[in-house]
Amino acid sequence: MTADPAQAVIRRGIVLTVLALIGVAVVMVMALKFTPVEANQGLAQKIFYIHVPTATVALWIAVPATGLASMLYLWLHDPRLDRFAAASAEVAAVFCLVVLTTGPIWGKPIWGTWWTWDGRLTLTLFLFFLLLGYHTLRGSVRDPLERGRFSAVLGIMGMALVPFIHLSVYLWRGLHPKPVVLKPSAPSLPWEMLRTLLTGFGVFILLYVGFVTLRYGLQLAQDRKEEADAA
Amino acid sequence: MGRAIRLVLVLAAKDLRVEFRTRTSLLSAAVFAALVLIVFNFARDPTAVATIDLAPSVLWVTVAFASVVAMNRAFTTERENAAFDGLLLAPVSREVLYLGKYLASLVFVLLVEAITLPLFVLFFNVSLGHALPGLVATMLLATAGFVAVGTVFSAMVVKTRFAELMLPVLLLPFMVPPLIYAVRTSAPLFQGRPLSEVLAGLRFLALYDVAFITLSVLLFSAVVDE
Amino acid sequence: MAEPPLLEARGLTRSYGAVRALRGVDLTLAPGDVLLVLGPNGAGKSTLLRTLAGLLRPQAGTVAVLGRMLSGDDPDARRPIGLLSHQSLLYDELSLLENLTFAARLYDVPEPAERAREALAAQGLSERAGDRPRQLSRGMLQRAAIARALLHRPALLLLDEPFTGLDAVAGDRLRALLAKLHEPSRAMVVVTHHAGEAWDIATRVGVLVGGRWALEAPRPEDVRAFHLTYQELARG
Repeated sequence: MTADPAQAVIRRGIVLTVLALIGVAVVMVMALKFTPVEANQGLAQKIFYIHVPTATVALWIAVPATGLASMLYLWLHDPRLDRFAAASAEVAAVFCLVVLTTGPIWGKPIWGTWWTWDGRLTLTLFLFFLLLGYHTLRGSVRDPLERGRFSAVLGIMGMALVPFIHLSVYLWRGLHPKPVVLKPSAPSLPWEMLRTLLTGFGVFILLYVGFVTLRYGLQLAQDRKEEADAA
Repeated sequence: MGRAIRLVLVLAAKDLRVEFRTRTSLLSAAVFAALVLIVFNFARDPTAVATIDLAPSVLWVTVAFASVVAMNRAFTTERENAAFDGLLLAPVSREVLYLGKYLASLVFVLLVEAITLPLFVLFFNVSLGHALPGLVATMLLATAGFVAVGTVFSAMVVKTRFAELMLPVLLLPFMVPPLIYAVRTSAPLFQGRPLSEVLAGLRFLALYDVAFITLSVLLFSAVVDE
Repeated sequence: MAEPPLLEARGLTRSYGAVRALRGVDLTLAPGDVLLVLGPNGAGKSTLLRTLAGLLRPQAGTVAVLGRMLSGDDPDARRPIGLLSHQSLLYDELSLLENLTFAARLYDVPEPAERAREALAAQGLSERAGDRPRQLSRGMLQRAAIARALLHRPALLLLDEPFTGLDAVAGDRLRALLAKLHEPSRAMVVVTHHAGEAWDIATRVGVLVGGRWALEAPRPEDVRAFHLTYQELARG
């Protein structure tokens, strides 16, 4: 009697996600209690510790992972790659949504406006629409082989589009705060803030891994069920 | 190589012949463009914003919408006739098939634009004069880019249930960078600036074209080969 | 050195989602072979035909026609293949002559318009050459589709349930045509529901059940005995 591999993956995913969510709570506590208040922006700036890691993981980990898995899928035709690409894209969409909601929450008290067409926010908005399109496409194709191929094509095209969006959108000088960590000179954040931010990065990477594992497991369970029903 | 070019032309000619026999598609795209222009005209306050400032945006948004309407046609004929298998059976490479479809769609969309531009000049009373060569160059470069992507996506969505809705959903993010640059390149031209000042924009459009035409040619087989 | 067989398929496997349409099908055909493929609905007959035509890529296994593998990279491998399927492969907006001239060009036929005219004449459609597909009766439409399929003189002719929907007269005409097409240099695969439809010209018979051959052998003499065999195989 063999254990169901899908259930094992789901369990692992749940464990990682729960750990990561605890981590998120820790980060929020760190942000509120153990980190100094930023001079210019006040209390609203605290959301930085959620907003920035989420945006970074979405843009630099989740989307490239989907693009890379898509390319490998077209080459190797391994359904696991398709499942992973879809899971990563779903998590990327959720993270983008978090960025798009925490952004205005941060922005309103500071800039006086809920939304601004600044480079980074606009890029994230675009990414969100690309990902929505990706999921809409997946939802409308029944055959798994075709769905995998089409998703992979869209994933690769989407990944190629990102630098072009970047170029088109960054020409406006935005209200967005300038980068404080990834700059040519040393990071200009005081240690207490940097500490919270780096913890945030770690936590959100863990959350990404947890969510993707969970989503992958759920999809695997569903695929296996469909195969069993048909046999 | 010569054979490939000949086949691309044969394929494109077939598509265009089929398209023009239908008669309605070019007409509907053109009427659509005219209607959008009319809406823009009534939606703005001529005293608040100078026409010349708004002109590039109006032109390009109209072009964008009309192009999506036009591009939907690219594969609908094949589906309606269930004739695409005939193309896939033939000893023709998928790259050549793509280029044939691409060329036909490009000609079609450029025709729609060629109708839109004079209408735009008429309705908005802008004088183009010296801006025309630059504007035409911008149109060609921008269109070449998003039609390339649109041709691949048309092939995908034609098999789904909501083809007419899916194409804009998938394609619009890909149209935005060329549109942004088209507007940015046209605006100085409308103001009477010389072509030399907007070369950077044209270079961006050309870069986009190279990137996405290449990708599309490479990825087309993954879409149409089952 | 032995010549490659006209068609060599090995281990063809293909699924649609959870449905396994082909589960390791082998097939070898020599010139002059005419294979009848029978089987219950959903057995994978159409999937097999489309895979042999190069329209479907198997998930495992290979197909080679005249020694060349059918894969995306080698379009010329498809040159010897002709397909008659349920779809006419004709464009409604073009006349028959325009349709066939276009198809002839795709196959690099010399003098494409001439060949198109000849092909239509061979099917008795010369008077309708200027008509659109929509204006033809079902039987005539199939003849136009046949003309298109034969334009490039394919060495491997694949027919997917060609007798469906034909009345007795049209069916007889088709049978006669198939007999004429049965040349020593050509192989044919005919997917059919009734063995009797094309029994006389068949040289081999195959029964596909659940994505596998239940039987694939030279055609027996007695069609009636075969019917009984077939019923048992289809049940199991």
